[in-house]
Amino acid sequence: MEPVTGLILDYNYKLTLKEFPYIIRWRDDRCKRCGQCTAVCPQGAIRPAVKFQRIIESEGSSPKPKYVRRIITVIEQVNNIENYCTGCAICSLVCPNNAIEPEYNPQNKFLFFKNRGGEAYRRGGRRNDPGVSTLDRIKFTRISMLTDPALDAGRHEFRVRSYIGRILPPEELPLKVENGKLVVDKSSGKFIPPVREIFPIMIGSMSIGALSPHMWEGLAMGVAYLNEVEGLPVVMCSGEGGFPPRLLKSRYVKYFILQIASGYFGWDSIIHTLPYMTEDPAAIEIKYGQGAKPGDGGLLMAPKVIKLIAEIRGVPMYVDLPSPPTHQTKYSIEESVMKMIQSMSMAFGFRVPVYPKISGTRTAKAVLNNLARNPYAAALCIDGEDGGTGAAYNVSLDKMGHPIASNIRECYLDLVRQGKQNELPLIAAGGIGKKGHLAANAAALIMLGASAVAVGKYIMQATADCLGDEYNRCNICNTGKCPRGITTQDPKLYRRLDPDKVAERIVEVFRAANTELKKIFAPMGRSTELPIGMSDGLSIDDKAMAERLEISYAC
Amino acid sequence: MCRLVAITSSKYFSPMENILALETMKEGHDGSGMGLVLKDLGGEFKELKQYPILSGICSRKGREILDEYMEEMGFKLIHTWKPKIKPVKGIIRRDYYFAMVYDYPDSWRDKSFKEKEDLLMNIRLTLRKMGESDESIFVFSFYPDVITIKEVGDPLELAEFFGLDKDNLEAKIIFAQGRQNTNYQIYLYACHPFFIQGYSTMTNGENTAFVPIKEFLMSRGFPGYIGYNSDSEVFTHILHYTVRQLGFPLPYYKHIITPLKWEEMDGRPDREALVLIKQSLRPLCIDGPNMVIGFTPDGTCFMVQDSKKLRPGVVGGVKGKYALMSELCGLDKVIPNRDKTKDIYPMKYDMVIVSPEAKEVKVWNQLQA
Repeated sequence: MEPVTGLILDYNYKLTLKEFPYIIRWRDDRCKRCGQCTAVCPQGAIRPAVKFQRIIESEGSSPKPKYVRRIITVIEQVNNIENYCTGCAICSLVCPNNAIEPEYNPQNKFLFFKNRGGEAYRRGGRRNDPGVSTLDRIKFTRISMLTDPALDAGRHEFRVRSYIGRILPPEELPLKVENGKLVVDKSSGKFIPPVREIFPIMIGSMSIGALSPHMWEGLAMGVAYLNEVEGLPVVMCSGEGGFPPRLLKSRYVKYFILQIASGYFGWDSIIHTLPYMTEDPAAIEIKYGQGAKPGDGGLLMAPKVIKLIAEIRGVPMYVDLPSPPTHQTKYSIEESVMKMIQSMSMAFGFRVPVYPKISGTRTAKAVLNNLARNPYAAALCIDGEDGGTGAAYNVSLDKMGHPIASNIRECYLDLVRQGKQNELPLIAAGGIGKKGHLAANAAALIMLGASAVAVGKYIMQATADCLGDEYNRCNICNTGKCPRGITTQDPKLYRRLDPDKVAERIVEVFRAANTELKKIFAPMGRSTELPIGMSDGLSIDDKAMAERLEISYAC
Repeated sequence: MCRLVAITSSKYFSPMENILALETMKEGHDGSGMGLVLKDLGGEFKELKQYPILSGICSRKGREILDEYMEEMGFKLIHTWKPKIKPVKGIIRRDYYFAMVYDYPDSWRDKSFKEKEDLLMNIRLTLRKMGESDESIFVFSFYPDVITIKEVGDPLELAEFFGLDKDNLEAKIIFAQGRQNTNYQIYLYACHPFFIQGYSTMTNGENTAFVPIKEFLMSRGFPGYIGYNSDSEVFTHILHYTVRQLGFPLPYYKHIITPLKWEEMDGRPDREALVLIKQSLRPLCIDGPNMVIGFTPDGTCFMVQDSKKLRPGVVGGVKGKYALMSELCGLDKVIPNRDKTKDIYPMKYDMVIVSPEAKEVKVWNQLQA
């Protein structure tokens, strides 16, 4: 029954702002009503509003209170769950008077409501767990001092390099002794698999399409500069989504790992460009899984499929592009390995390492053992639960997957038991640099057994100021409305990002990481080879973790 | 830091020479122990060269177990050397120190020497296992023409304890190391020099890449790659793996533990092979600081440095007698009348190789070879 006063008292269908993950703090006294914040908000979470205000005023020598009515303008947060504030704080960025900012609301009940219309919540970013990860709990505790002098990161020669590619066991090297010297025995007919020397931190797979043209261009320029000017052989994976044919034909393609995933997006164009390529790519990555969304295929939402993307991928414009959860040609793992790895190897004349990427899983060892038995498998990349994505279901992001630390460790130790720890490099991904400790996390994984690490989210955060974090800040990569211009195909948004600046930052990030890795390895007395599996250098402050990782416990 | 004295000679000499040289280096070692490996034996062993010698220490109970086992395996004891122990204050005497010469079991006679080497090693490993938990048996080597002696204490006092000054024990190659394990608790199996199937090394310095190297060796499927109570034991096993297992010429030991940089390989005819070795044997790359002195079954002795040359080492002598030392004072003690201008201080690319019978010394340079 309607109340007789005409006022609506039942607001139960509306949410209070207390339910929202971020609450806008707006300061009336500072705001000059320029409207920039409301114009820039990617979510439409704030709006200018006109309010009717009744205030009591007392004036004069014998003030008598009286009320006046005023029309005022305010900035108001919308309490519609579809327009929730993501906390991106672009409003704060554009506000000339520091009059507005979002504040995280730890008591929010966002996930209770973000399923309107029966649509499960989808987003970008990574697992929303702001806790300290295992990687960040690992310390480097074996310090050289008296029994073995520490090396000097600034003066001694260091070689911070790793390999991707299948490495032959020493017993199988096709070598013979001639006049007291070892020479390669060409008559043996032994296949020597291709091996690339790389910087042990690589840029993980982020596709053209997921990334804006400016972001991708910036990354690519930075990678080329690092290789050609800085002498740091940093490689970058294309992600699933093809590769610009012009770049494919250029000499720069050698700095890129081309990814093929279950949708095979972009591969028609790559295959057609193959005869015109002058250089081989660094490697081919076959994506079977992704740490951020195990069991799901890739997903490029329709708003991002603009003309350029549609052309590279060979698809119509503005349609959702979901890759299947699994490769359709796959029947069994043996078959998959045989079909995919060997046919990709063959396509590139057996000159390019081909390796699969899987999401972190308890079954990683099964995959690993299969690869260990296939002489063409060049590596195994395991992407842990803290890996990032441009679009996934929140439940997949938050609850699916395996942490990378123990997954890598058990795989490495399994290889050690078989004596194949140097034959099949392990690439670790997912959550590296989550709290900003890029080099330390990478070094920890290397010393647990990884030959290299792949990093995506940190790169976006460090080089293009990606706003996302583990408090679900921003994380709207899937909508194509990235306020930074990183994961959008809208020119109005991506023109905010200067590709030259991204490239500059990439160079700075890797130069600094190179120094930090040396600063970690030097006091541990390691300089010539990467300390892969040097587990005696690590400790952790939790006994159960120490036991699981087979490293020491220190407190 | 360990002090190392290796002497190779065309004539038999007493281990006292090594021990007196160690004494000159006393400031640098803590007198916590000594290891001796004697190869190409003279004296009472001169006529027994083809028979395997089991060297070790055991308790009374251990002796019974050992004898019983050796008999069961069909070995016939043909000679025993026992040191004439003289009690020395501070040295805890164990029950039974020995070097026992055995004749092979009848069933072994027709086997190749390589097979015999494996069988001897397996016997040693079994004995080690049998006596390891209660420390009733320590066996250091079981190989023809090689004796190993190890004990805790000051080297000179140990020489007195074992009566080495009065014994007729002598050999043409003797390695001595004047200290027990540097960084961990004192334990006989952690004492250099280490020996496996004719290969021996001793090292000064600490091996920071110990764990990955150890794991790589242990996963080669070769039963002898165990122990590793000291991080230096891996140097012996890398040598054995390089030369015996992989069949590489000795200088490739240097290429494995300290591989050349890519730019240093450019233009070399063996570049392809070096690239493959660098990649495939990546886990055996050492980072030092280490100087390694070793010998191979043919009696070649050598000295190599880590890739930054972070440890001392000198080789010098006269034709027929050369010494490879961690310190110059030891060399002066052993071979004072030599041309000191010809002393060799190997640098980071060098491998000093002294041929068998100390005939000649060659400096092999990794960069130019």
